[in-house]
Amino acid sequence: MNAVVIGCGRVGSAVARGLAADGWDVSVVDETEDALSRLGPAWRGGFVVGHGMDVAVLERAGIPDAEAAVVATDGDNTNIVIGQVLQQRYGVATVVVRILDPARAKLYADRGMSIVCPTQTAISGLLETVRAARPANAA
Amino acid sequence: MYAVVAGGGKVGSNVTRSLLQLGHEVTMIEQRPDRFARLEEEFGPVVIRGDATEIATLERAGIARPPELVLAVTGDDEDNLVISQIAKETYGVRKAIARVNDPRNQQHFDLLGITQTICATTSILGLVEHEVPEHGLVRLLELQKEGLAVVEVQVEGGSPAAGKKAGGLRLPPGSRLISVWRQGRTELVESSTVVRPGDQVLAVVPSESTAELRRALLGAPR
Repeated sequence: MNAVVIGCGRVGSAVARGLAADGWDVSVVDETEDALSRLGPAWRGGFVVGHGMDVAVLERAGIPDAEAAVVATDGDNTNIVIGQVLQQRYGVATVVVRILDPARAKLYADRGMSIVCPTQTAISGLLETVRAARPANAA
Repeated sequence: MYAVVAGGGKVGSNVTRSLLQLGHEVTMIEQRPDRFARLEEEFGPVVIRGDATEIATLERAGIARPPELVLAVTGDDEDNLVISQIAKETYGVRKAIARVNDPRNQQHFDLLGITQTICATTSILGLVEHEVPEHGLVRLLELQKEGLAVVEVQVEGGSPAAGKKAGGLRLPPGSRLISVWRQGRTELVESSTVVRPGDQVLAVVPSESTAELRRALLGAPR
C-alpha cells in the first residue's frame, strides 16, 4: 500500500514515520531538502523536493499509484487546493487535509473533504477541560 | 454593480480605481499593513484590511449580499482559487474572476471549476505568438466554459484556402469564419466571401480543433 505525505513539518514527518511503521510504502514531499532530517536517519521511504502544487512533483512522489495521501503543508489554502487535486484529478481513495482555520475547515468538511483541524481540536479540548472543572453548584 | 476585489496590488488597486470611476460600488481587501496604509490614503473606506481567504473578512466585505462580481487577484494562486470557490459555492456569487500568477497552475483552476481566469504570462505569450507570423494561427481568446477559441489565421499565397469561397471550405465541425481583415478594413465573412492571400481571418473554433482549422486554411505545418 502506497501513501504520500505532502509537507514534512512536525505533523507531516511524524505522520510519515507512523505510516511507515504501520507497513505503508511512504513517499514525502517538501519544498526544502532540510525537511528530510525530520524523518530521521533510518528513513527508507521516498523523499521528493518540490511544491505540492506541481503535478510533476506529485507524480514523482507516486501519487498516481497512492491509496492514501496526507496534506499538511504550512498553508491552509495550499492544502485545500492540493487535497482537491489529489481527489479529483488522481482519484486517490483516502485524502486527509490539515486546515488550521476552523471556519475554512468546516466549510470544506461540509463539502465532503476529510479534514483535520488542530485549532478546533484545541478549542474544544480547552473548553471541555475548564467546563468539567467548574463545580456543579457554581451556575 | 457591487464588486469585491481581493488583493490590493497593482492589479487590484487599478481595477478598483477603474470600477469606482465607472460608478460601481467596490470593497477591496488587502492583508499587508504597509500596502493597506497606502491604499487607505487613496481609497478610504473602500479598502479593508484582512486575509481575503478568511470567511470573517469576506463577510465584512459584504460577500453575503452577494456581490455581482468577485475578483480574486492576489499574488497567490491557491488563495485566488479558494476565494473564488468560497464566493461561488458558499455565497452564490455569479461571477468570480481569478488571476493565475503561475500558468502551470491553470490546470488546477480548470479542474476545480474556476473557469474565468486571467494569466498575464499566458497573455504575453499570446502577444509574442501574434508577432511571430510563422505560427500562422494565433489564439486570441479562450472561452473555457464554451470550449471555444477565437483565433486569427494569416492566409498566404500558397494556402489551400486562398482563392476559395468561404462556403466551400471544409472546416472542422462547430467552427466558423467570422471576418477577414484586408487592406486595413474588416469584412464579415459570408459563404460567398472569397479568401485571398494576405487576409487575416478571424474564426471561432472548438478549442481542440484549432490544428484542424489551421490545416484547412493553411495546409500542413511547415
